[in-house]
Amino acid sequence: MYAIVVGGGKVGYYLARELIQGNNEVLVIEKDGAKCERIAQDLGDVVLKGDGCEAATMEVAGFGRADMVIAVTGDDEDNLVSCQVAKVKFAVPRTIARINNPKNEAIFRKLGIDTTVSATAAILSQIEQELPEHPLMRLLTFKGGGLEIVEVKVPPASAVVGRRIRDVLLPQQSIIVLLVGQDGTPRVPTSDTTIQAEDEVLAVTPTENEETLRNILTSPPGGSEPGSSDPGYGRPGPAGPYEPYR
Amino acid sequence: MGCGRVGAALASMLDQDGHDVTVLDTRAEAFRRLPPEFSGKRHVGNGIDQDILARIGVGQADAFVAVTQGDNRNVMATQMAKHLFGVSRALCRIYDPIREEIYRGLGLETISPTLVGARLLKETLDRQPAPAGQES
Repeated sequence: MYAIVVGGGKVGYYLARELIQGNNEVLVIEKDGAKCERIAQDLGDVVLKGDGCEAATMEVAGFGRADMVIAVTGDDEDNLVSCQVAKVKFAVPRTIARINNPKNEAIFRKLGIDTTVSATAAILSQIEQELPEHPLMRLLTFKGGGLEIVEVKVPPASAVVGRRIRDVLLPQQSIIVLLVGQDGTPRVPTSDTTIQAEDEVLAVTPTENEETLRNILTSPPGGSEPGSSDPGYGRPGPAGPYEPYR
Repeated sequence: MGCGRVGAALASMLDQDGHDVTVLDTRAEAFRRLPPEFSGKRHVGNGIDQDILARIGVGQADAFVAVTQGDNRNVMATQMAKHLFGVSRALCRIYDPIREEIYRGLGLETISPTLVGARLLKETLDRQPAPAGQES
């Protein structure tokens, strides 16, 4: 396989090294002369000094016969353009872009980049799992639909403790699919199942309702839950939510 | 987006024509290029950050123009304005003529000052010189 790596910083350097060890043909494109020298010293004649978004450089680098282009500079805009030009002008079959701002994932996909890799998102998710008290953890995001499976730990002070699921006003299209008690026993919920303190709630929710769901399950009474000051507390309003349990 | 000489001049022209103009630049000192009578909004921020674009109201804009010094930044911001925020007219300055051609093919309204400038210079050269004895 012929892989072109755009960007010879730390990520590019180690990536190139791994790819070479995997017996791939590799070329690193890097603007900075000192970085080029270091790569050439350590990895051999696998580096081209130049701009990986410049068509002339790309021509010399042989983008036309590359199987894969991996853009790993520290700038999202450079990675985007490098991959787009590779696709449009050189018909590279597979483009992979490193993104630094995790929010850019969707627009990169929309603009035709095959794969995005976000170190920031990976580190964030790792940290979230390491933290003992994680109010909401994203377990799975479905690429196509904007839906995700999340886990929310119900704090003892939460307004939903002791209430049946049918009485909890969940956001649109959000469903509680499993409750895991403090001792680790999972319970498949029905509308009559009572939520207990320290339960881990697994729910399916649209990404945009994630924050609302977290608030509902973790806020104390009189907190930010809608309608919490209402004596008919928890009763679905006229525009009631989606209720899968009834 | 980009309050350099071109950005500031364009913003000022649009403002004088009575349009509702917002200028975005990563550095506040860039706004010194705007004339004192400029009545539009000034925002400090990075135009390739979709949160910033949302905050300054790109979703409500009729047109978006990217004229920073970086071709790639202009290209990325313009595509975000067009494809994330649905701005109907998204214009983009791209110095590199090859990149300009590629992104024009992808549906952006692009201008390469490199080509435009070179053409203007050539046209001027091709023209008959001014008659002798007259300063041109």
